[in-house]
Amino acid sequence: MAELNLGAAAPELFLFLGGCALLLLATTRLSGRLLLHGANLILAGAALLLWLAWPAEIGAAFSGLYEVSALTAMLQMGILLATIGALSYSGDYLAQRGMLTGEYLALGLFAATGMLLLAAARHLLALYLGLELMSLSLYAMIALRRDDVRAIEAALKYFVLGAIASGLLLYGISLVYAATLQLELPAVAAAAADAEARGVLLAGLAFIVAGAAFKLGAAPFHMWLPDVYDGAPTAATMFIGGAPKIAAYALAIRLLAGGLEPLVEEWSGLLASLAVASLGVGNVIAIAQTSVKRMLAYSAISHMGFLLTGIVAGSEEGYAAAMFYAFVYALMSIGGFGMLALLSRADAEFEMLADVKGLAKRNPAAAALTLILMLSMAGIPPLAGFYAKLAVWSAAVGAGWTWLAVVAGLFSVVGAFYYLRVVKLMYFDAPDGDAPAVALRGPYLLLAAANGLLIILLGLFPGGLLRACQLAFG
Amino acid sequence: MSAFEGFLFYAFGALLLGSGLGVIFLRNPVHCALLLVLSFVAAAVLWLLLGAEFLAWVLILVYVGAVMVLFLFVVMMLDLNLDRLREGFWRYLPVGVGVILVLGGQLMAIFATGVFEAEPKSARVAEDYSSAKELGAVLYTDYLLAFEIAAAILLVAIVAAIALTMRRRPENKQIEPDRQVAVKAADRLRMEQISVAPPPAPAPQEEGEDKPAPAENKQ
Repeated sequence: MAELNLGAAAPELFLFLGGCALLLLATTRLSGRLLLHGANLILAGAALLLWLAWPAEIGAAFSGLYEVSALTAMLQMGILLATIGALSYSGDYLAQRGMLTGEYLALGLFAATGMLLLAAARHLLALYLGLELMSLSLYAMIALRRDDVRAIEAALKYFVLGAIASGLLLYGISLVYAATLQLELPAVAAAAADAEARGVLLAGLAFIVAGAAFKLGAAPFHMWLPDVYDGAPTAATMFIGGAPKIAAYALAIRLLAGGLEPLVEEWSGLLASLAVASLGVGNVIAIAQTSVKRMLAYSAISHMGFLLTGIVAGSEEGYAAAMFYAFVYALMSIGGFGMLALLSRADAEFEMLADVKGLAKRNPAAAALTLILMLSMAGIPPLAGFYAKLAVWSAAVGAGWTWLAVVAGLFSVVGAFYYLRVVKLMYFDAPDGDAPAVALRGPYLLLAAANGLLIILLGLFPGGLLRACQLAFG
Repeated sequence: MSAFEGFLFYAFGALLLGSGLGVIFLRNPVHCALLLVLSFVAAAVLWLLLGAEFLAWVLILVYVGAVMVLFLFVVMMLDLNLDRLREGFWRYLPVGVGVILVLGGQLMAIFATGVFEAEPKSARVAEDYSSAKELGAVLYTDYLLAFEIAAAILLVAIVAAIALTMRRRPENKQIEPDRQVAVKAADRLRMEQISVAPPPAPAPQEEGEDKPAPAENKQ
């Protein structure tokens, strides 16, 4: 297993070197928008490299630290596309606030590199380091707007709680190592199956589940999420709300379905309680919010509950359904925060529910996309959000977790209330005062249309993506 | 383990625990930082006993020599209000004690499983064993990816630290080399032909010598 196989990590290398090149280019007098196009091109180049070398079978590279498989490639492709989407939406928002700098974009590319490495990790060390590369870049991206007290507060909260989560995860990993004496995930799985020190292994598992729940933002480890989402500049919120959720899913899958698969009996119970708590906390508290940004943050918690429901099933069908859910959620979350970013003006953020009133009259196009997003998040057919929920439900029922599926269903009915309230405010309420109309510029209109269309198409024809997700586990 | 090694292990282990407790409980942050240095030294001795010389020296050189000295400077420069830091200690104490009890109970349960009671595998190595060489051999081969990711994390830290702390204040007399290099002569100096009005008629001099046009210095 001593072969290096550098080419396996070509997308990561390209992305990282691209980030370094972007930093160098930022010292010249190139405009921020040009740098943004450059960053998107680099991401697209990495996606192309990934596409060209799509692995047919499972292999390993870097002496077993890196997994080459369809699962890796699927997750990485999702992460790259979500990152491109999030950056594309944020051009105007960042430029108006003086944040469209080489540093922000380079940190974004470094964060994406970390996510790709996390998705490909076949070794506990690589997994942890990939996670840290992602997290540290994200903390800095939020803090870059230093003159905004709320952004600094959000960055500090994210940093401190993220450090605690990393500590929990590391402690869990060290206990798992103590019990199995292995760091490579397949070897950990083999050793965990008949480990003598089961108590140590279970304690490690508990810490690992807590750490992963922190990163996913599942209740009761969700405390940081609303404050961070609310305080961060909307473009940064959009960035953390998209691709890092896919990466957090990858973290959970690699650790639980990969390394600790033999303990599925134990962790599925833990995850089920996390899922119920997230669904409850997310959907109920979201109703009480007056800010759309906070509402979407609580909705993120409830969506993580759904995602965990898929993993709880503990079957390949469940993992695939959860992966489908993660992709669809990233698409919806980027669209939702993207709308908030596009509708913000240089001097005024668009983030309160009162701002949404009468949006249909002021900006019909933005209202139409928001309508699609809200209905999809609520899980109304025939949109992608509905099919994602359906896939998770059927996987949970198929694995004998009927009560969990019922709870998830009930809470999604509760959740429909606050999504539909946004629709009501947009279409049936008069605007407050004489709020000026916000127009979408051409390219952003296209982007929003593509986002909405993708949600509708994935709802009507989910088969292709779902089959790809299942093949990744099959 | 010989008797002397045992004595060293317990002596430095006790030192490590004692200084570690001091880090948490002492009031003065400078004392805490100094005790942390002491605990690093004690940990380095324990590593030496295990035969990990390279790691022991790196711990002393990097952590004690560089990181902690820097940290000490930072602590000395901060204007810490200790009373404010300790505000609410009694209020949060019950929660803290609860967490300690739960975590401590878990640890006890783990120790009770007996996994750590196994006879330690002998750390004896041959006389000519070089831990630095062995470490280097796996660090740059088997763990190359992890090593490179760690390097990338350091780069992110540098970028973030510079981006977060470098402020362009207007009163700063900083130079901008790229603007200096890109400058053209025409930006600095503009030659202007100023048509000089014909000298007034009653000029007594016979020579109508043109004066050179005054160059106007821009910037």
